[in-house]
Amino acid sequence: MHKKTTIIGALLAAMLFTGAQPAVAAESVEIAKQPWSFAGVFGTFDKDQLQRGFQVFREVCSSCHSARLLAFRNLSEKGGPEYSEDQVKALAAEYEITDATAAGGKRPGVAADRWPSPFANDQEARDANGGALPPDFSVIANARGTTQPFPYWLLNYVTPYQEGGPDYIYALLTGYEETPPHGAEIPEGKYYNHVFPGNAIGMAPPLADDSVTYGTGENGETLAATLDQEARDVAAFLMWLSEPHLVARKETGLQVILFLILFAGLMYAVKQRLWAKIEH
Amino acid sequence: MATQTTPAHQDAPSSGRRDFLYVAAGAVGAVGVAGAVWPLINQLNPDASVLALASIELDISSIAEGETVTVMWRGMPVFVRNRTPQDVEEAKAVPLTDLKDPQTDEERTKPGHENWLIMIANCTHLGCVPVGDSGDFDGWFCPCHGSHYDSAGRIRKGPAPKNLVVPPYDFVTDTLVKIG
Amino acid sequence: MSAHESNYNPTNPVEKWLDSRLPLIRFAKSTLIDFPTPKNLNYWWTFGAILAVCLVIQIVTGIVLAMHYTPHVSLAFDSVEHIRRDVNGGRIIQAVHAVGASMFFAAVYLHIFRGLYFGSYKAPREVLWILGVLIFALMMATAFMGYVLPWGQMSFWAATVITNIIGAVPVVGEPILQLLRGGFSVDNATLNRFFSLHYLLPFVIAAVVVLHVWALHVPGNNNPLGVDVKDSRDTVPFHPYYTMKDLVGVVVFLIPFAWFVFFAPNILGHPDNYVMANSQVTPAHIVPEWYFLPFYAILRAIDFNILFIDSKLGGVIFFAGSILILFFVPWLDTSKVRSGSFRPVFKWFFWLFVINFVMLTYLGAAPAEGIYVTLAKIGTAYYFAYFLVVLPLLGRFEKTKPLPTSISEAVLSKTSSSGAAAGAAH
Repeated sequence: MHKKTTIIGALLAAMLFTGAQPAVAAESVEIAKQPWSFAGVFGTFDKDQLQRGFQVFREVCSSCHSARLLAFRNLSEKGGPEYSEDQVKALAAEYEITDATAAGGKRPGVAADRWPSPFANDQEARDANGGALPPDFSVIANARGTTQPFPYWLLNYVTPYQEGGPDYIYALLTGYEETPPHGAEIPEGKYYNHVFPGNAIGMAPPLADDSVTYGTGENGETLAATLDQEARDVAAFLMWLSEPHLVARKETGLQVILFLILFAGLMYAVKQRLWAKIEH
Repeated sequence: MATQTTPAHQDAPSSGRRDFLYVAAGAVGAVGVAGAVWPLINQLNPDASVLALASIELDISSIAEGETVTVMWRGMPVFVRNRTPQDVEEAKAVPLTDLKDPQTDEERTKPGHENWLIMIANCTHLGCVPVGDSGDFDGWFCPCHGSHYDSAGRIRKGPAPKNLVVPPYDFVTDTLVKIG
Repeated sequence: MSAHESNYNPTNPVEKWLDSRLPLIRFAKSTLIDFPTPKNLNYWWTFGAILAVCLVIQIVTGIVLAMHYTPHVSLAFDSVEHIRRDVNGGRIIQAVHAVGASMFFAAVYLHIFRGLYFGSYKAPREVLWILGVLIFALMMATAFMGYVLPWGQMSFWAATVITNIIGAVPVVGEPILQLLRGGFSVDNATLNRFFSLHYLLPFVIAAVVVLHVWALHVPGNNNPLGVDVKDSRDTVPFHPYYTMKDLVGVVVFLIPFAWFVFFAPNILGHPDNYVMANSQVTPAHIVPEWYFLPFYAILRAIDFNILFIDSKLGGVIFFAGSILILFFVPWLDTSKVRSGSFRPVFKWFFWLFVINFVMLTYLGAAPAEGIYVTLAKIGTAYYFAYFLVVLPLLGRFEKTKPLPTSISEAVLSKTSSSGAAAGAAH
């Protein structure tokens, strides 16, 4: 049986090592894996990072990008940026929410409201952005990913790698080139980006050093708002936005897996005890 | 020669003596089942978006004296009335023995804010929304089956058994009310 | 029902009263507790119970999801996000359902390959096998429709591509396609009916599973030796021996299941399905879920015309054929020996079939270019050749190893301390 398994394993490996890559884009780009606090079995969000990331989103991105599934109250929920309820109430009140039942059709926001879109509809968004539609951010960290060649995509199941979205977002935000490399034709109104499919992206480089000014975090640190830091922070924030229950999910998961291993061991012992009496 | 018995009736533990391993496995299994079943039941509970609307804050500064505003709270209409002094006087003057559901006017308002009457706008008979400024008692009248409520929203005549329900509310400030 | 003797003897009056009106307890006892099961079943045999658990998990989580899901094109995507974000425990319940579909197929493939290796489809278990293939086909339909419900890009475009298959059928294809979709393209009418049918089919599957277990209980289980049960020395009662062994299998199976649910819930899916369906933008690579990939590879492999049959229709015929051929396996395999353990030549072809199946899975996701196209054709050829050429011929020409006379004899000879195998007939 073992010999058979070895032969099969060898054949499988040989076949899959012919360099074939599953579902890769025509021009595949190397997108590096970044270190994220929320990666892996013990991953958690860094509250300060999420707050910085939210600040970047709010001050830079939200002028064009909507986040229609983000409710203000999410910002004070456990496992996220964890602003206080009062902070969230004050923040919501700064925004105007369209409400048909309100006087004049608009009213200040409350915690239960969703993040208002910067544009009235998709067409307006396109008109303001040279025909390109800035995608909604609600699940964008899940809607983007990276592909790896064999055997890395197999190892991803074990590590477990779910950070393809933030890796892509970080690479995109830091992947602009002022002068496109040799021969790359970039149409008028577009910009060269290393990782964007086709390399010509409609969004101008949104971030630069000191696009925002970071305050002091809970740990007393004030980080420098470099392009690199801003990109990491907003990518982390977007991951939270796509997976607000990530921390609770992983914590529960650890308990469940340990429980199942214990239970499996017990059941195996039960089975062995029962079958010991049987000639089989 | 068969070396094993035919275990037709062999149950896991032998006659009465409980084997610790089986008990432990059973207990762990029961914990697992409970852990799996609870979320399936808890998902029926109100979700976060519903709970977010469990309480609302209302700016009452724009409600003039004698005006009644209807707001939605937890899917129900709620009357918010800035009562006139006559409304309040009339309500206080009613003897409790006249009431099917005896409640004083003070019990239905907040001290210091007696002119404010906040009540769920569903008739306590079968749930229709009563009409304001009508009925025989200077209050509300429910057209469905003819219940009359007075200026404190108490049932005076008709089939409704109870006064219009006053929801839990608080004055956060003099002009801001939190309902729920 | 099968004529398995029941030793149920109710003593208390309530049990006797029920037994004379509806012998439920007697039936449960004879089916699940006393049922004589071969004592040499290995862990490959736990997949039946694992699959039953998978079906229950999918139905329970599915019913819960249906309490919060809205099957309308403008609301479906957001309702799934509402479940993931706001519903208590919703992130996990949704993940269990999505991962559960993949785990269900992983288990069913292992279950099917077990059957192919040990000859579980051979007489007198042909109907058991056929019902199993029917369950597999119903699972594919259910999973296909379920994937459309979140109304992401892959949902929409997979629905478009796969329903287009029906359009390839000459004459009646187009009208049937419109009937199926309820319109000229995949749209709200399609989504609504897919929701209704996706809710219905698992219960149809459950009914066929009942027939499947009934069809199993008439002849009784096959076993790794493929040798018939001779007497009660060959069997043990189902409970507690196999209830507990099945439970081990189920709990161990739940570990990778939980791993995916809690730590990698999106790894088996595709990022594009987090983009709302857009009929004007086609994703760069339309890929079905992994469990459909081998059949997708076969569909795409036919990229040439065969006589008067154009390549699109040819692909459809081979795609349908690859599933339909499974119904005929009990008659295609002519060998008198059931278990692959005693068929040395068959073993090589079988494992080659497994490797080929894995390769086809891989190719289903690869771009239809270069060497992948050639390999897909080779893979398709071997897939069909295995059933149409290898199995019929092997039965005739293979020299099989001698079989033990009975299960208990094989057990005795395995456990005997002396080196010589006792009693095996030569």
